[in-house]
Amino acid sequence: MTTVQTETAPPPASGSGGPSSGGPGGGVPESPGPDPAGAPEGRGGAAGHLARALAEFRAALLSAAWFSVLALPLVCFRVNAVSGGIDYLWARLPRLAALAFCATLAWRFLLRRLGFSRVRSAVAETAGPPPEGARGPGGSWLTLLDRAPAKRLLLAGAALLLLSVPFWTTPYVVTILITALIYITLGLGLNIVVGVAGLLNLGYAAFFAVGAYTFALLNQNFGMGFWICLPLGALSATLLGLLLGLPILRLSGDYLAIVTLGFAEIIRLVLVNVGFTNGPRGIRNIQPPTLFGADLNGAVKPLLVGHGLVHKDMDLNKVLVYFIILAIVALTVVCVYRLENSRLGRAWLALREDEVACQAMGINRVRTKLAAFALGSTWAGLAGVVFAAQISFINPQSFTFMLSVMVLSIVVLGGMGSIPGVMIGAAVLILLPEYLREYSDYRMLIFGLIMVLMMVFRPQGIIPSTRRVYIYRPEEHGDGGARPSTRNPDALDAGPGGAGQDGQAPAGVPGTAGGPPSPRGAR
Amino acid sequence: MTGAVKRGAVLSTSGITMIFGGLTALSDVDFEVGRGSITALIGPNGAGKTTFFNCLTGIYRPSRGTMTFSPEEGREIQLRKLAPDRITYLGIARTFQNIRLFNNLTVLENVLIACHSRMRAGILGALLRDGKTVAEEKAMAEFSYRLLDRYGLAASANHLAKNLPYGAQRRLEIVRALATRPRLLLLDEPAAGLNIAETRELDELIRYIRDEEDLSVLLIEHDMSLVMSVSDRVFVLDYGVLIASGPPDEIRRDPKVVKAYLGED
Ligand SMILES: Nc1ncnc2c1ncn2[C@@H]1O[C@H](COP(=O)(O)OP(=O)(O)OP(=O)(O)O)[C@@H](O)[C@H]1O
Ligand SMILES: [Mg+2]
Repeated sequence: MTTVQTETAPPPASGSGGPSSGGPGGGVPESPGPDPAGAPEGRGGAAGHLARALAEFRAALLSAAWFSVLALPLVCFRVNAVSGGIDYLWARLPRLAALAFCATLAWRFLLRRLGFSRVRSAVAETAGPPPEGARGPGGSWLTLLDRAPAKRLLLAGAALLLLSVPFWTTPYVVTILITALIYITLGLGLNIVVGVAGLLNLGYAAFFAVGAYTFALLNQNFGMGFWICLPLGALSATLLGLLLGLPILRLSGDYLAIVTLGFAEIIRLVLVNVGFTNGPRGIRNIQPPTLFGADLNGAVKPLLVGHGLVHKDMDLNKVLVYFIILAIVALTVVCVYRLENSRLGRAWLALREDEVACQAMGINRVRTKLAAFALGSTWAGLAGVVFAAQISFINPQSFTFMLSVMVLSIVVLGGMGSIPGVMIGAAVLILLPEYLREYSDYRMLIFGLIMVLMMVFRPQGIIPSTRRVYIYRPEEHGDGGARPSTRNPDALDAGPGGAGQDGQAPAGVPGTAGGPPSPRGAR
Repeated sequence: MTGAVKRGAVLSTSGITMIFGGLTALSDVDFEVGRGSITALIGPNGAGKTTFFNCLTGIYRPSRGTMTFSPEEGREIQLRKLAPDRITYLGIARTFQNIRLFNNLTVLENVLIACHSRMRAGILGALLRDGKTVAEEKAMAEFSYRLLDRYGLAASANHLAKNLPYGAQRRLEIVRALATRPRLLLLDEPAAGLNIAETRELDELIRYIRDEEDLSVLLIEHDMSLVMSVSDRVFVLDYGVLIASGPPDEIRRDPKVVKAYLGED
């Protein structure tokens, strides 16, 4: 266990060594010592390379050892149902270790290559003050560093892979992936509420249920189709979020958590006891979505199967659901990303950081909380509609407290407020149990173990959230008038008296010469 | 009791009383900040100074009394029933005795957040990112950057606020308050925790802000040399009661003030 101890290092600038979720384990520890992988960087040359390679090797070895110990009971002990004893399958151990080793190596290599974790902090170090010459009006503006080319490549690759999935896998895999994607949507939605705005919502399942039941009921009673119900489900969840939010958002912290918990339970009990929801028996035969009325399984499928494009048992309706939820996830990522870096998103962050200071900055606390709560619910509603469409049968048992806990775990495990973190978290928490289904006896054990270890050794999550970096980009003089940023001179001035005109260089500002704070780390 | 603002006062209160359970933290405070002045509020620990700030900024609602804010000549606003964000919007900004920065956000974001009430974009703007929203974002980022630059913090714009040295954090809190474009700036013990050199700089900084940003300053401070040198007028609070007010020289010699600070001798 000693190897893991270094994980407790504070989380400066996006966990310098990169996320520690090695391949199969989600909780594979990182390299020992103060990041030996990064140490030799300054030396350069062959020696440096060798040292780095050795460090990587050592880290991977340790990860493999650690993971093997962790997964030992899971993989190598099996209860023999016939004899009642335990079979020890030691032969599996080397394979497991080798797999963990390779996965860690690959993972670390990938991180390094793509500059996943370092690029931002590196920029933070270099993005200094503007060059002297560029300080005129319209001479410069601020821009944001996102979308490093490497990241784009990664995104494109992931998109291509996900889009092609139904054409080379089995129906089983598609089903699991739909579930995982639904949880990603849920995670991203809850992330707005919990991760970004800092409101602990323990009743997220209620909004998911409302989305699902909206679709199920409208479909059963009025024959309304998936496509109309998708926005309606989202809308009803949002409205419920507003309705619930209004009275309780004056509460904060634990009180809010308890109230949301109770609220979710109320919703569930209503679903069980009210007549038109068909009680605990639930609603079955919910129609799957259609694509312009085409009979996918009747007309289209033989064509695709004939050309060997899909598995012969593939349910094309499921494939459609898969693509729908994939699109929803993509949309969600874009939306959440944009929200996070907007006026509203910053208000949420301020709310999370310090409620009193947030109000003192002119932010309306109640309205901001309400927006977070309602918008978070919107995505639960969306996911709920897709969920109902996927399994075509829902009952109140699908929306218990466990579901809320699961989604919350995804957010916390992945990294509060971090979009990629939540996605990875959902993938780990949903896919891992599926993958481990064979060892169902120990499934929950290892699940719990991973959660505990993660929270102890990497509380900031698998991929901690990083802050957006603004860089100052000099710009040619002369075209300043065309820039939107300079069109509004009022916004550029600092004071009512026009104090911010250029040339008001900080020369006269007391103290600036004495102590601009030294750059962080100073290393 | 209609808070008639005397000509030239940016803020005046009358009869402010704040009662917490059995404790009267403020009783009948009549107070005034002259337009464009630097006014100091002093008093021993627990005198009710911070409580007074909290009343002014809407965090507490005083049990009795009126507070009248006059952002410009001829405009008067009653503060008593307003929410904190509204008060900030109208032009009163503050710093906190225990620094309350948004620690896990960058320095620039801290300032950007303070631009909130001057921005318009809502949910749709954020999602669609239309031209207007983008232009607004850019303008505000630029404004924030320039403000940081003017107060010597631009080099750390992308650093997390919690990673700044203590003195810079104090300074950032002031800059963040300025980003709301206040007409009246409330500073709660800005010199607390600063070293001698930094305190001396603060003296100049406060004057500079008053002149450059064209606002009035009200500060709570325990550092007497700073108070005496920087302020135009000093109010002294003791156990929630205003015991003296006047120019620094008078206050220094006032026997009531000496007694409040040094005890009965
Ligand atoms: N929310 C509250 N509830 C109850 N009592 C309070 C509250 N806020 C302040 N007080 C009390 O009011 C009195 C004045 O406190 P306040 O913080 O205003 O003092 P201060 O003058 O700012 O002192 P210091 O110089 O130590 O900052 C104290 O006795 C304090 O305990
Ligand atoms: Mg105080």
